[in-house]
Amino acid sequence: MTALLHTELARSLRRSPWAMAGGLVLLVILFGVALAPWLARSNPYDLASLDLLDSHLPPSWLPGGDPRFWLGTDGQGADILSLILYGLRASLLVGVLAVTVSVVLGTTLGIRAGFTGGWVDALVMRVADVQFTFPAILLALLIGGISRMALDEQARAASALALVVISLGVAHWPHFARLVRGATMVERGRDYVAAARLIGHGSVRIMTQSILPNVLNAVFVLATLDIAFAIMGEATLSFLGFGLPPTQPSLGTLIRLGYGNLFSGEWWEVIFPSLTLVILVMAINAVGDWLRDALNPRLR
Amino acid sequence: MIGFLMRRLGHAAAVVLVVSVIAFSLSNLIGDPVASILGLNATPSDQAALRERLHLNDPVALRYLHFVEGALHGRFGTSYTAQRPVAELVAERFPATMELSLVALVISVGLGVPLGLYAAVRPRSRLAALLMSLSVIGVALPTFVFAILAITVFSVALGWLPSFGRGQVVQLGWWSTGLLTRSGLLSLILPAISLAAGQIALVARLVRAEMVEVLRADFIRFARARGIPARLITFSHALRNTMVPIITVSGIQLGFLVAFGVVVEQVFQWPGLGTLLIQALGSADVPLISAYLLLAASLFVAINLIVDLLYAVVDPRLRTGGQLARA
Repeated sequence: MTALLHTELARSLRRSPWAMAGGLVLLVILFGVALAPWLARSNPYDLASLDLLDSHLPPSWLPGGDPRFWLGTDGQGADILSLILYGLRASLLVGVLAVTVSVVLGTTLGIRAGFTGGWVDALVMRVADVQFTFPAILLALLIGGISRMALDEQARAASALALVVISLGVAHWPHFARLVRGATMVERGRDYVAAARLIGHGSVRIMTQSILPNVLNAVFVLATLDIAFAIMGEATLSFLGFGLPPTQPSLGTLIRLGYGNLFSGEWWEVIFPSLTLVILVMAINAVGDWLRDALNPRLR
Repeated sequence: MIGFLMRRLGHAAAVVLVVSVIAFSLSNLIGDPVASILGLNATPSDQAALRERLHLNDPVALRYLHFVEGALHGRFGTSYTAQRPVAELVAERFPATMELSLVALVISVGLGVPLGLYAAVRPRSRLAALLMSLSVIGVALPTFVFAILAITVFSVALGWLPSFGRGQVVQLGWWSTGLLTRSGLLSLILPAISLAAGQIALVARLVRAEMVEVLRADFIRFARARGIPARLITFSHALRNTMVPIITVSGIQLGFLVAFGVVVEQVFQWPGLGTLLIQALGSADVPLISAYLLLAASLFVAINLIVDLLYAVVDPRLRTGGQLARA
């Protein structure tokens, strides 16, 4: 069964050039990110490795460029390419973790709501409705910004990553809850659920072992596409100054820092991280769209 | 219809109520309002007086009622950082945000709807193909990145357009407008386009999808069979049936414009509510944030309500049904 699935997936992948390109780009990015400590010329987390004499250098192909720094350097002499590799790492990490939070929250509550119905269902869906009233990015900004206010300077720096992950994750769980609830209500009426009940399985066991596997496909597809949203959301929060600090920069943080130098002509500090972000999101979208069509045509 | 209206109103009221409780609890959870307003060097008697004036010695329930009463009268307290009434600050910033959002809405709907319709009616044309590939990029382009790219090209490289502020404004009563001066209009171009850009793609895609669906419907095929001119079919029969989704989209649009307006305002240092919110969040200015929360919630609830009502007006089938099919 899995072998069949794999060949079918592989065949449909070959038929869609966009997904192939996106997948390749993602592979390259993942390699670059995994090997960042060895590939990167300078480590943004280690200020001692930087040389101020190298600061504000343009990309290597421009007059004044240095062949060591392909994409130029920033005001502290850090190699932009290295910063981007580490920034990608942070962006991907936040994206995956935030979606994990949404998936866990949304799937748990969605299954529970769809399976039990009644007041649990009403409560969960009401809360989701209230959240849907606000655009997700504004919600994430408010959750993140307000929780930061409650913390002092030190706690803020220590929990920056967790705060971004939680605010983005909480902002997006209703999407998963709605999807899973709908799917669960369909599955609930199926014969296999009645059979499981007949042989004496409890509700929790039916939810986790019978229904969950049947709704996971749809969750997986939505999660892939949602990583792109989470990464853009993180970048936006970081750009506004409510995301990751300069000491652990993500792509959004790099863009914010680079934007400050744009008007003195150092465009490379902002343009290259921006392009990287766009390429990353496009690649994830291409793969996600293809997964959606291949695994679950109903979601189109 | 009455039942439907009451249900929607009840729902809207519940949302605003929940948000008002959250907004109210902020001032209890974060910081000490007395210290924030008077500073650290105030005398104990001054502090006690202010404590009394802010009703801080009352029970929580009573304080909440005072808060709601104040909010209903447009009193949101004093901003900690500006040391001025919050309502004054909001009124000052409101026109800037409103002008930016409305111009962006006009651009995004005004371009998105025709483009989407065109792509649906002529699916094989080159423009349709270009539109669809542009929308793939558009979806992956965060608003602030678009804004920065636009600034890089038009302000930094070419020097054609200003990259920050509102330019010169004209005061019309309490409303300050940038629409009447040359520098005001020039300053508006980049922010409005940046805000509209992502939405154009979204609107065009949704309108196209909806129109394609309608054009496939039986009544359109019959209309063709009856020999009704294609132009009439497209613009009269088909377009009318895409109105419902277009209304929804415009509603959602407004919400997005407010949300991403915060981002665009920050990029362009636009003196609107968005930059005010960012400053307030950065400096823990609780009264400002509470006011923003309440205003934003009321706005979004109102938009949703109006969209739902327009639905019922445009699509008679929805008037009797209990369940609304939401997009």
